[in-house]
Amino acid sequence: MALLEVNDLKTYFRTDDGIVKAVDGVSFQVEKGQTLGIVGESGCGKSVTCLTIMGLNAKRNTITSGNALFRGEDLLTMNSRRLREIRGDDVAMIFQDPMTSLNPVHTIGRQLTEAVLLHRDVTKSQARARAVELLKAVGIPRADRRIDDYPHQFSGGMRQRVMIAMALVNDPDLLIADEPTTALDVTTQAQILELMNRLQREFGSAIIIITHDLGVVAETADDVVVMYAARIAEQGTVDEIFKRPHHPYTWGLLGSLPRLDTDTERLVQIPGQPPSLLNPPRGCRFHPRCPYVMNVCKQEEPELKQVTGDHDHLQRCWLDEQTKDREAAKLLHASMAEATS
Amino acid sequence: MFRYLIRRVLWAVVLFVAVTIVSFVIFFIVPVEPARLIAGPQAPPDAVERAKKAYHLDEPVWQQYGRFMKTMIVDGSLGKSLATRQKVNDVVKRAAPVTISLVIGGAILWMLVAVPIGILSALRPRSLLDRAAMVFVLVGISAHPVWIGLILSYFVGYKLNLTPLGGYCDLINPSTDCGGPIDWFHSMILPWVTFMLLFAALYVRMIRANVLETMNEDYVRTARAKGAPESQVMRSHVLRNALLPVVTMLGMDIGLALGGAIFTESVFGLPGLGKVAVEALNGFDLPIVMGITVFATLAIIIFNLAVDLLYAVIDPRIRLS
Repeated sequence: MALLEVNDLKTYFRTDDGIVKAVDGVSFQVEKGQTLGIVGESGCGKSVTCLTIMGLNAKRNTITSGNALFRGEDLLTMNSRRLREIRGDDVAMIFQDPMTSLNPVHTIGRQLTEAVLLHRDVTKSQARARAVELLKAVGIPRADRRIDDYPHQFSGGMRQRVMIAMALVNDPDLLIADEPTTALDVTTQAQILELMNRLQREFGSAIIIITHDLGVVAETADDVVVMYAARIAEQGTVDEIFKRPHHPYTWGLLGSLPRLDTDTERLVQIPGQPPSLLNPPRGCRFHPRCPYVMNVCKQEEPELKQVTGDHDHLQRCWLDEQTKDREAAKLLHASMAEATS
Repeated sequence: MFRYLIRRVLWAVVLFVAVTIVSFVIFFIVPVEPARLIAGPQAPPDAVERAKKAYHLDEPVWQQYGRFMKTMIVDGSLGKSLATRQKVNDVVKRAAPVTISLVIGGAILWMLVAVPIGILSALRPRSLLDRAAMVFVLVGISAHPVWIGLILSYFVGYKLNLTPLGGYCDLINPSTDCGGPIDWFHSMILPWVTFMLLFAALYVRMIRANVLETMNEDYVRTARAKGAPESQVMRSHVLRNALLPVVTMLGMDIGLALGGAIFTESVFGLPGLGKVAVEALNGFDLPIVMGITVFATLAIIIFNLAVDLLYAVIDPRIRLS
């Protein structure tokens, strides 16, 4: 049994303009100790997917269906008491913006020990000792003294370390990281990713990392889900997705990845805007922006189908496999050629 | 912290001087001869001249202001009333407890009402309670204190006979036949409720907005993600942050109201600073007006300072900067 199994997850928001289908039938699995990367543009539903799993969407105006089985228990339908037991203990979350994710009026020590005391039957001083231990593990210098500081006394990178410490303080089996490096500068990003990789080895947690950056996925993930307009466009292992991408949207994402090892003048960008989720396009949702668009794409939405020869590789595109393999090879070849030239 | 305090106190002194100068100058712009009022309407011109001399009203404004500041700082005296010859210090000392009773009691009552209603409305937006609270807010903000006071006095005091119609009873050392804590409390109920209706409306709206806004903060989501139960999320993460601005507003409002709650005091015949000020203004009694101005300015300055210091205690971000 997978650690987390999400089946046909749908999250709809009722708004004044109509129903926004923010997540529309998403399924994936996360195995113990593995890392899953969820990739896509802003507004494709990747954050909402994870907030739904955590039960953190506002209850009002939200319609959820499908299930999210954590060790066989459905997180979406369990009572709030059981969900609170799991949240912060078995499943923890790191958010995008470390500047606003910590409470400004409490010391970080108080916020860390709060997480411990909510789930462990320990004394305050034991909780504090655990908090110091974690702050040391995430590389906060002089942790035993800085624990009494307030969030505004830390830099952005340090605050994200504090957030990671807070998420890991109860040794969770699953860590959900929602764009953990987006708000940080590039050198800090690298440090945080390295830290997460190291901690995953030490703590053995499974990780879901949400990002719009395929570079982050390549560095951290075992499996990848590419989301487009509330649906999965393509999913597979990191090798499958990077060596044999089979969806034009993934090609676009790969083409817009900046590379230091080539002297490409301009990054390729995917033309157009992601569609409105109030009223998504008929047929394949990517067809208005797709350079390979055919008539069938405008009429009917393709199923999520297995790629021949790849065991875990699924994609949602009408193009025939030969064309897709050819294009994928071209893309791979181009980047290889540029890399070696 | 110490330097901050020094800076604030120096600012307070500047503010104090500015306020008193402005009050003084305004009084001299008004085309009335105070000496005529002292001497009486039928007094002969030389009597008016003598009154002018006696009260130094023939001196230029700046000299009079200097004299006023000097007697205040050196002798601790605010002078004597032009109309009644009473010491201004005594007049203020007698009126201030009335206004303080009104304002402090009113503030306690309006916070007791506004905090729970504001929080509950924010927790259940668009619910029946929220809508009822909004109606209450609208009425409270729109209605005039005199009207509220008269309505209360008529129905609760006259028709139902539950409270006195007006008047004040001293809390300690009664000067009239009513006095002591029970009579005092009884006589203050309606003024407090009037005061409460005015301010609670504003505070409900502000608390509701602040709580709603804070509930959407990322750190509140973090607290939920940690597995904190909703009550703890509210107590420890939402309220502490949402009520910070309320502290500022409360300090400013109390300071301001201590200068005289003119309408409420007038309706209920409370001999507080507001009522005294109105009478003094009608009689162009400059020393009394200045005395009340000094008291009100000090009250505002002290309460603002207290709020700033309190803020530094409850909001760690202020401490270092």
